[in-house]
Amino acid sequence: MSSVWVIARRELASFFDSLIAYIMLVLFLGFSGFFTWLYGSDIFMVGQASLQSFFSVAFWTLFFFIPAITMRLLAEERKTGTIELLLTKAVSNRQVVLGKFLAAFLLIAIALLFTLPYPLTLAALGRPDYGQIVCGYAGLLLMSAAYIAIGLYASSVTANQIVAFLSALFISLFFHLIFGVLSGQLSGSMGQVVDYLSLSAHFESLARGVIDSTDLIYFLSIVLAGLLLAELSLSKRNFE
Amino acid sequence: MDIRIENLFKRYGVQAAVDGVSFQVKTGEILGFLGPNGAGKSTTMKMITGYIGIGGGDILIGDKSVKLHSAELKKHIGYLPEHNPLYEEMPVMDYLRFCAELQGVSPADVPARVRQMIVDCSLDAEKHKKIGELSKGYRQRVGLAQAMIHDPEILILDEPTTGLDPNQIIEIRKLIRELGREKTVILSTHILPEVEATCDRILIINKGRIVADGTAESLRRQAVGQQVLVVKIEDAVEAEVAAELARLRGVTGVTGIDAAAGSWQIQAVPGSGVPRELFRLCVERRWVLTELTPVETRLEDIFRNLTLN
Repeated sequence: MSSVWVIARRELASFFDSLIAYIMLVLFLGFSGFFTWLYGSDIFMVGQASLQSFFSVAFWTLFFFIPAITMRLLAEERKTGTIELLLTKAVSNRQVVLGKFLAAFLLIAIALLFTLPYPLTLAALGRPDYGQIVCGYAGLLLMSAAYIAIGLYASSVTANQIVAFLSALFISLFFHLIFGVLSGQLSGSMGQVVDYLSLSAHFESLARGVIDSTDLIYFLSIVLAGLLLAELSLSKRNFE
Repeated sequence: MDIRIENLFKRYGVQAAVDGVSFQVKTGEILGFLGPNGAGKSTTMKMITGYIGIGGGDILIGDKSVKLHSAELKKHIGYLPEHNPLYEEMPVMDYLRFCAELQGVSPADVPARVRQMIVDCSLDAEKHKKIGELSKGYRQRVGLAQAMIHDPEILILDEPTTGLDPNQIIEIRKLIRELGREKTVILSTHILPEVEATCDRILIINKGRIVADGTAESLRRQAVGQQVLVVKIEDAVEAEVAAELARLRGVTGVTGIDAAAGSWQIQAVPGSGVPRELFRLCVERRWVLTELTPVETRLEDIFRNLTLN
């Protein structure tokens, strides 16, 4: 069995053992359900068979939850010293990073799976645009992958979970909000660069149902960068 | 698999933690790595297991350099780190299964290996408990079990018997001795009777350098150039005894332990026949010799001599 999967499975089990998974699922479903169906600009208020309101709520709840999930992944192992046992087993740094990434990603995927009744309900209410819904879910998964990679990197540089949480949130905030705000302020090529870096723009175009290769490349490059940096900070011990 | 360490260096900041260490361990040999805290034992072990990078020199395991083939060599090494860090929230069985899978034990063999380790390390009563709930002795056994789960050819054990009670220590030593017959074992400790009880060879390291290498016997021989005897002579005058003893051939020093009661300690040149001379002297002077004990130099003294100077 692949080592990546062995690590991912253990990590996923420990999410459920330590209640993190249940708390996260309950809060995520609670928030998104409440704002999608009951309150604010919910589906009945808007009066359209569209999951747009769910996607914009999930966009924010995941932004906060993901650093809370990723903060312990490597920081805790550093703190307790178990990282030494893990890395002296027959696994590479990369396999460890990928395993942890996969575990967090699967947890988010499980959370999103539980929202499947939403589109099913919608199908009973009206005639939703299924393409758009699929794209919206894909957008949420891609966004989660990007934030998990960032969180994993933040968790790899410290032994303190709070530091890992806050720095993950801080880095993510740039992509989530600050680049978007800045792009409105700046003009010219600088404005374009900042605009491209803004995650919300890419997410919104996906949530509208447009699949563009630039968006995919954007998300995948954040994931790749985060994972490579995390791997690098794990291998730092070999060169000190 | 043999381990050959060549001129190993490791620097932390300006301080050299390991400073030109070279030695070799052969299959079937148990090497005791001895030294005061901070001598560089753990650092050397961490470099062998590939956890930290090699500062200078090289480590060859079965003719392959750890520098180049670390990933492949890890499969052949079982490692118990110093503070025995384990996943507290995992049950013992799950943890051992996880370790077996990571170490590349084939899925079909995993349950058998886990069972074997539970028997070998007498973990049966605790196997379903979470590791965090175990006592220190049991945790240590789990640490040993995870190190041996894939039946590695090399075992690196950093202070394997800390926290165990005397019965457990004897069990674990027995286990290590058994394993040591066909494997290459390096164990570090600062408990001296432990190395005497388990190891074939002792390596004393101080401030990153090797200061002694040999069996407990050979270390004793080379460390002390003198024989020490404790004698008790009764029915004699104190001053007379002191003078006569000092005059014996081969005696280099006489000190009174309890001179009034007739107890003396004699330092002598080994092999000079001092005990015989002493006996003759007593007969001649009609003193009563009630005790004549050769004092064996303890490993503790050797250790102190080598690591304090």
